[in-house]
Amino acid sequence: MDATAGAGPRLRARRRRYGEDVVKGVLAVCALISVATTVGIVIALFVPAYEFFQDISIVDFLTGTDWSPLFEPAHFGVLQLVAGTLLVTAVAALVALPLGLGSAIFLSEYASDRVRGFLKPALEILAGIPTIVFGYFALTFVTPLLRDIGIQVDIFNTLSAGLVMGVYLIPTVASLSEDAMGAVPRDLRDGAYALGSTKVQVATRIVVPAAVSGIVASFVLGISRAIGETMIVLIAMGQQPNLTVDPREAAEAMTAFIAATGAGDVPTGSLEYKTIFAVGATLFLMTFVMNIVAIRLVRKYREVYE
Amino acid sequence: MSRSLKGGLFRLALLFSLGVGFLMLGTLLVDVFKDGLPYLDKTLLTNPPSVDPEIAGARPAIIATLYLGGLLLLFTVPIGVFTAIYLEEYADKTRWYNRLLEINIQNLAAVPSIVYGILGLAFLVRGLGLGRVLLAGAMILTLLVLPTVIIASREALRAVPDSIRQGAYALGATQWQVVSRQVLPAAIPGIATGSILSLSRAIGETAPLIMIGAVTYIAFDPTILGPFTALPIQIYQYVRLPQDEFKLLAAACIILLLGILLTLNAFAIWIRNRYRRTW
Repeated sequence: MDATAGAGPRLRARRRRYGEDVVKGVLAVCALISVATTVGIVIALFVPAYEFFQDISIVDFLTGTDWSPLFEPAHFGVLQLVAGTLLVTAVAALVALPLGLGSAIFLSEYASDRVRGFLKPALEILAGIPTIVFGYFALTFVTPLLRDIGIQVDIFNTLSAGLVMGVYLIPTVASLSEDAMGAVPRDLRDGAYALGSTKVQVATRIVVPAAVSGIVASFVLGISRAIGETMIVLIAMGQQPNLTVDPREAAEAMTAFIAATGAGDVPTGSLEYKTIFAVGATLFLMTFVMNIVAIRLVRKYREVYE
Repeated sequence: MSRSLKGGLFRLALLFSLGVGFLMLGTLLVDVFKDGLPYLDKTLLTNPPSVDPEIAGARPAIIATLYLGGLLLLFTVPIGVFTAIYLEEYADKTRWYNRLLEINIQNLAAVPSIVYGILGLAFLVRGLGLGRVLLAGAMILTLLVLPTVIIASREALRAVPDSIRQGAYALGATQWQVVSRQVLPAAIPGIATGSILSLSRAIGETAPLIMIGAVTYIAFDPTILGPFTALPIQIYQYVRLPQDEFKLLAAACIILLLGILLTLNAFAIWIRNRYRRTW
């Protein structure tokens, strides 16, 4: 094996240096830990999920509209949890996507270097606040606020969880979108200005379309984050499965169910224990597909402009 | 509509988008401080949790969070940096397995944190029989932030110009000598910044620790191989209790947690600015 494969000129040593091989081996083993993590996740989720589907029909699981694993007779219709997740995700997306895109356009096209140097770390602070804190804020501040302005929400409700989660996701959407807009070459903007375009036209008709794959990637990643977020929905949205499109009511998201069941002392191997993994596998598959789409889209704009 | 009016309105809409985030950040901080400040006293630091909010504190949670932070640095930094060195300096990027490794790390960075909790529950707590202990929590948080540390370290390594490597090779250095004595020292500020930011993200994580089973009533100082709680978990427990006093106590714990995280973040940004080098 060539010892200088990665970088530098291809020089052939007169004798083999075994120490160098050992080093490369140790580094590769560290890299393998991330592969082991993925394999571990897949095994941890899908083996118990498979056992679960030995007892419960997968068709009932995917199409049933009643989720009551603890009642007698128990029902395992995951749609009720999926609906909760999708509803809170929709509310969050309505906030995060436009506001994140708007923030990105401002940072990339309007802000001076000085203003950007101040705003970007500030957005990082927003992104660095733990979600448990947002959950607390949604429950103790936003829900009472909604009631004060006349929106009749339950104590636990999808609306305030979704609104807060949306704001929490603004930095995620903004930073990836801004990255993509920053990669759009200056020439394109200058050409449009030379033809007499205004700043608005350059931003909306040149930069945004040119960066569209990165922007879509930021949207997909933002939605994937919303689907996988746990603490905000656990604290503020509630823990009662509810098949509804009314965000003022309480409902239960997939992640909230997993956390609530995992926190309890369910006996290993019981059907209830296995529901964690069946729901977890569903969650993992949903986010996995979205993550891969986002990764591919990011590659696409990097290939075009870099 | 005139062009300039349109331009002004558009600008206003953009400023509004940005403003919403900062408005909420400000409101959140004011709200938390207003609620929590009266409870942020010595009792909070020295007392264990209690059913009486007047004497309840968060001492075991604070100690456990410090332990978790220490263990995390110990685990993530070597593994993360070594993986980054492999990918950036050694791996042949035309090989399919190295490309797969890259995509795998990018995907892991976006896997929901609760899924890492399920991994910990299945393998560490039940499978290995480690039990619901602090070490299992530290290991799961390590896996959770490893992709972030790897990605940040790779960026730091990539920023070191090739001329430095070439110069060292020209003097007869082996590849490991080039990496360990030239490239790595030059990349340390970037790696440190990335690692500290990841540490601060991990310390605020709640969901994986819930799955590991940190939600128990702990009244004694935690040990690495014993049952534990952590600051975010303590917040979760206090938020869930019906009495309003406990919500205020939760706010006091949030101030403490945010204080730790903002100190870490400020330190990371300071390192980034202090040692920033343009080649």
